[in-house]
Amino acid sequence: MPDLTAAGFMVPDACFPLRASIDPAVPAEPASETPERRRAAWMAAAQAGDRRAYERVLADSVTLIRVVARRQGVAHDQLDDVVQETLLTIHRVRHTYDPARSYDAWLAALAARRAIDGLRRSGRQAHREVADELALALHPDETDASAGSEQAQQAQRLRAAIAELPPGQREAVEQLGLKELSLEEAALHTGRSTGALKVNLHRALKALRQRFHGDD
Amino acid sequence: MADPHAHDRLIAALGAGLAPVRRLRPPWLRTLGWLCAVAAIAVVLVGRYGTAPMLERWAGAPDLGWAGLGAVLTAISAAWASFALGVPGRSTAWAWLPLPPTLLWIGASGLGCLRVWVAPATEVASLPQAGDCLFFIVGFSLPLSALLIVLLRRACPLRPVLTAVLVGLASAAASASLLEICHAFDAAATDLLLHALAVALVVGANAALGGRLLSAHVRVGRAG
Repeated sequence: MPDLTAAGFMVPDACFPLRASIDPAVPAEPASETPERRRAAWMAAAQAGDRRAYERVLADSVTLIRVVARRQGVAHDQLDDVVQETLLTIHRVRHTYDPARSYDAWLAALAARRAIDGLRRSGRQAHREVADELALALHPDETDASAGSEQAQQAQRLRAAIAELPPGQREAVEQLGLKELSLEEAALHTGRSTGALKVNLHRALKALRQRFHGDD
Repeated sequence: MADPHAHDRLIAALGAGLAPVRRLRPPWLRTLGWLCAVAAIAVVLVGRYGTAPMLERWAGAPDLGWAGLGAVLTAISAAWASFALGVPGRSTAWAWLPLPPTLLWIGASGLGCLRVWVAPATEVASLPQAGDCLFFIVGFSLPLSALLIVLLRRACPLRPVLTAVLVGLASAAASASLLEICHAFDAAATDLLLHALAVALVVGANAALGGRLLSAHVRVGRAG
């Protein structure tokens, strides 16, 4: 996706720099077109019932949807849900796409909406379950109170063990393991190189493994 | 969702269920369709009341004419903006389109109250007469709003409440424009207040009810 840059691919309701480059007519020969125009041509063909073009444009859209969802603040483990929801939405409202306009802007608007819906949903869930934060983290077996308490103790031991790690290793576990940031994001956050983060994470996991195997 | 092939499977399933769709008509064309309905009502009202009293009022008190023009332009621009917001990817800046004509409509109506003389072929409305204006605006706004929402049924307004507010503004402004044909009252504070109340009622009702209707469309937006 060479044309998809952080600056070029804006969320809806902002300006759309990509739109300025869109010619009102979608040319008949998509081979020489930019990726966005190609997607626009595929979607136009899909509206007429071309299954192959439709599957291509949907497959091509997955990365774009993920970019929009991430920009909206969707967590890494929720991205695929947003992608699926957006693909379903594209299918339902595909008649609203106007081939004279930017496909990416149309898609970004739908993806942003689905991302916001996803964030609201997870926000509501968090709000409902915030009364027992530990239970949310551990998913205790409701039928077995002792199993739940055992898991809670294990989690506490794990937290204590993480807290006792050397600062570099603890940082790596927190950023990569708990906050689920990508290596690049964690590197940006901590000011450490991705290589150093990887080494620290590896060492931290080794130390934790040793500690818990010893405990158990 | 750990399964990396889940997207591929969904895409294949959507492809298998693909059927040709009829594209949504452009916003200007759908605006024109709705304006045709407004124009049909205007023709009936003109047939009943004629244009002479209206033109006489406007000639004698241009502020009434400007207010009428503002209402007509507000109706057109708000309807257009609501249809534009029903298309994903269109900028929400469209929502500002009706602002200048709305200012003209409100400003000219307000200025009319400052005149010390009464416009020709009019009188200053008593409170019950001004109450009739309220019923006229609300009464005509209901079917006009319903028609706009029906025309938006295939659209996908990603900001349903904002779209519904524009639907309310368009239908209230259109009703106020139609009222101009048979409005034998001069601009006065009570009349203007009840006009404003009617517009606020219509916009508020649309935001509350129309927003829900339109957001249902966003959730289960239909193809075809």
